[in-house]
Amino acid sequence: MSFLSVRNLSARVKGGGTLLRDVSLDVAVGEVRGLVGESGAGKSMIGKAVLGILPKAVEITSGQIMLDGVDLLALPPAQRRIKVGATCALIPQDPLTALNPSRRIGPQITDRLVDILGWTRQRAEERALALLGEVQITDPTRVLRQYPHELSGGMRQRILIASAFAAEPKLIVADEPTTALDVTVQKQILKLIAALQVRHGTALLFVTHDLGVVSKVCQKLSVLYAGKVVEDSAVADFFRAPKHPYSAALLAATPKYTDPLAGLQPVPEAVIAAVRAEVGHG
Amino acid sequence: MADLYTITDLHLSLADMTRKPLFGLAPRLDILKGLSFSIEKGAVLGIVGGSGSGKSTLGRALVRLLEPSGGRVVFDGADITHLSDAELRPLRRRFQMIFQDPMSSLNPRHRVGTIIAEPLRLHGFDGIQARVLRALDHVGLPKEFAQRYPHELSGGQRQRVGIARAIALEPDFILADEIVSGLDVSSQAQVLNLLERLVADLGMTLAFISHDLSVVRRLCQRVMVLQHGQIVENRETAALFADPQAQYTRDLLGAIPLPDPDQVWS
Amino acid sequence: MADGRFEVRRKAGLRLWLSAAWLILLVIVALFAPYLAPKDPLEQDLFAGRLPPFWMQGADAAFLLGTDSLGRDVLSRIIFGTRIALTVAVISASLTCLVGAALGLLAGFYRGWADVVVSRFIDIWMAFPPVLFSILLIAVIGPGLFSIIAAIVVIDWTRFARVIRAEAMTQGAMDYVASARVAGRGRFGILLREILPNVLPIIVVLLTLEMGIAVIVEAILSFVNLSISTDDPTWGGMISEGRTSIHQAWWVLVFPLITLFLTVLSFSQLGEGLKNRFDPVLR
Repeated sequence: MSFLSVRNLSARVKGGGTLLRDVSLDVAVGEVRGLVGESGAGKSMIGKAVLGILPKAVEITSGQIMLDGVDLLALPPAQRRIKVGATCALIPQDPLTALNPSRRIGPQITDRLVDILGWTRQRAEERALALLGEVQITDPTRVLRQYPHELSGGMRQRILIASAFAAEPKLIVADEPTTALDVTVQKQILKLIAALQVRHGTALLFVTHDLGVVSKVCQKLSVLYAGKVVEDSAVADFFRAPKHPYSAALLAATPKYTDPLAGLQPVPEAVIAAVRAEVGHG
Repeated sequence: MADLYTITDLHLSLADMTRKPLFGLAPRLDILKGLSFSIEKGAVLGIVGGSGSGKSTLGRALVRLLEPSGGRVVFDGADITHLSDAELRPLRRRFQMIFQDPMSSLNPRHRVGTIIAEPLRLHGFDGIQARVLRALDHVGLPKEFAQRYPHELSGGQRQRVGIARAIALEPDFILADEIVSGLDVSSQAQVLNLLERLVADLGMTLAFISHDLSVVRRLCQRVMVLQHGQIVENRETAALFADPQAQYTRDLLGAIPLPDPDQVWS
Repeated sequence: MADGRFEVRRKAGLRLWLSAAWLILLVIVALFAPYLAPKDPLEQDLFAGRLPPFWMQGADAAFLLGTDSLGRDVLSRIIFGTRIALTVAVISASLTCLVGAALGLLAGFYRGWADVVVSRFIDIWMAFPPVLFSILLIAVIGPGLFSIIAAIVVIDWTRFARVIRAEAMTQGAMDYVASARVAGRGRFGILLREILPNVLPIIVVLLTLEMGIAVIVEAILSFVNLSISTDDPTWGGMISEGRTSIHQAWWVLVFPLITLFLTVLSFSQLGEGLKNRFDPVLR
């Protein structure tokens, strides 16, 4: 049974262009689905639509977002916020701006647990400590009392991950969580996310432009072009034989250091024209 | 082959403004801690490292945007280490730079044509219009783009304008500082293929800074790995990838996620 | 995002035209005051004191907006008052801008000693309470047009300097500046050619805002009789006089007040509108 089921979701800028066209995808309980595409393809928008944090200028024109059997779009906003807050979390892209620079780390993790989920301060703090341990932060008691600027980018991302898993969410949207990190730090963070995801049985919607990352973390993926899903496959099948010419072109453009002759082929004009026609992109 | 650049024991420190006392100078932070290497004429050198490795600082030292605090930078026989801005002026024509962020590296208030023409005017070239159009042609942009403003262009197109500006002067050396880092895979591929072609056609020497070893593999003949302001490894590309000597290089290579679910990645 | 731009453009157009229209009207009025004013602003007629505006009972059509307690025509006085207001606005705002922007650019772009000196200077200068400072200045120099202009410049240049300095610093850190250096341009050339065009929109907004401020400062000073030394009418002076007879002749205070309000509003809106025009990104 799918925990998250997006059906024919369409969205656009108010009074402007289309951002999402008839998007459908499923995420089963405990499954990791990748959302892949170039910038502007709409992959981030889908995650934001599910969490209910779309920018003000964007509106959903049709479709359903079924979360745990409930259509989020049919709920009144307050109820929707509660439902999403209780079951979902976000790992944002930029660890620098995602943390409030003028507050200590501890409250930033525990506030959500106490205020929105009604936990006691003590339980929330114990949980925060436990999670910082899980994300392999040494000396978590000290870190809780520190300010974001006193920590490195990698540390901050670990804290954001800990924060996301804190309330035992059923679904986490990870929005390009490693794009801003060094490649060695990225590896640690990806392994961490994968380990936590397995341990807690959390479903993961993983937004990224990097096909290499997808192959390491995801079991299924959706490829997006101009707001439309052009391919939906299992990861194992995809890398062996992508079904859609655009996906194949993306793979061909990705450099592989093991084979200097492979990769770095720009997506051919013909493929772009074909996929644009298919998507109905003006 | 003659060397275009000879770097000897290069040191560069910058003022650490986060620790500046109220009165007096800020303490110096060592960014480059004694680098020695050379760049042959016509070579394509990859400079690789993580954030904090000093690779960007090294690049800026090579084109003298920053002044070294120790060591020597010799460009085609001329010691440019401590030359003043005025003394550097005539030489500047011969080494140019392409920047990472295509939005902030193009003046938003100047049209593309003006942006490319500026350096040509400064150095007293003639036939500037023709040269601008030729530069645009080299990078595969239509000549109408000369009338456009940067914000009317896509990221990949802006990056190509940056390349056009650099090659318009017909320099001997170009430094490319993480120029594909912010681009989509397809734009990245286009820009890299363009660079490959330009190097072959115009016979330039290129230093390519990147944090991404995969990108460096195809383009560069030689790769230099930096860590904490020091050279960790400096070898021919094929040799480095086949058999990396330094632990850090092995770490970097091992960390790269290949688009292959069967990759052993631990 | 394309949406947001539409909104800005539409508003910018209307805002720009309305405020420009009012200000152009003021300029014409100021230039042709002697021909436009129906009466001599200084001419007193004690028999025609406190006449109401033309649409009210007991009015005299010769005095369209009524008269004050000395029988002077309110409309003519407002018209002549425009001269002082605009003169002060344009001259003091321009001088303030020149001094403040120049220092701000030097400090923000060159950094180093120039920045240290200018910044400390600004900090010390801003420690003086502005109202006290201006009164002191006028007490020393004596009242008059020159004093008002001097007072405004002396107090407000720091506003320009601070903001322009910050903007110059931001622009100076941009890669296109580094690119110009690599191309071989000298520092001063970069300041003029690369930095200035990008700082200009902010300068324009501050300049028009400053004009509005100057008009208000002049009004305040004439309100407390520290403005020009002659009997020429000023809007602030009229408001001051009108205060005492507000119950018997409200028009003496209200009309100059409205004119003042519309003028200051127009200046600030003009700035906003111009800034959007200047910005090629929004064009």
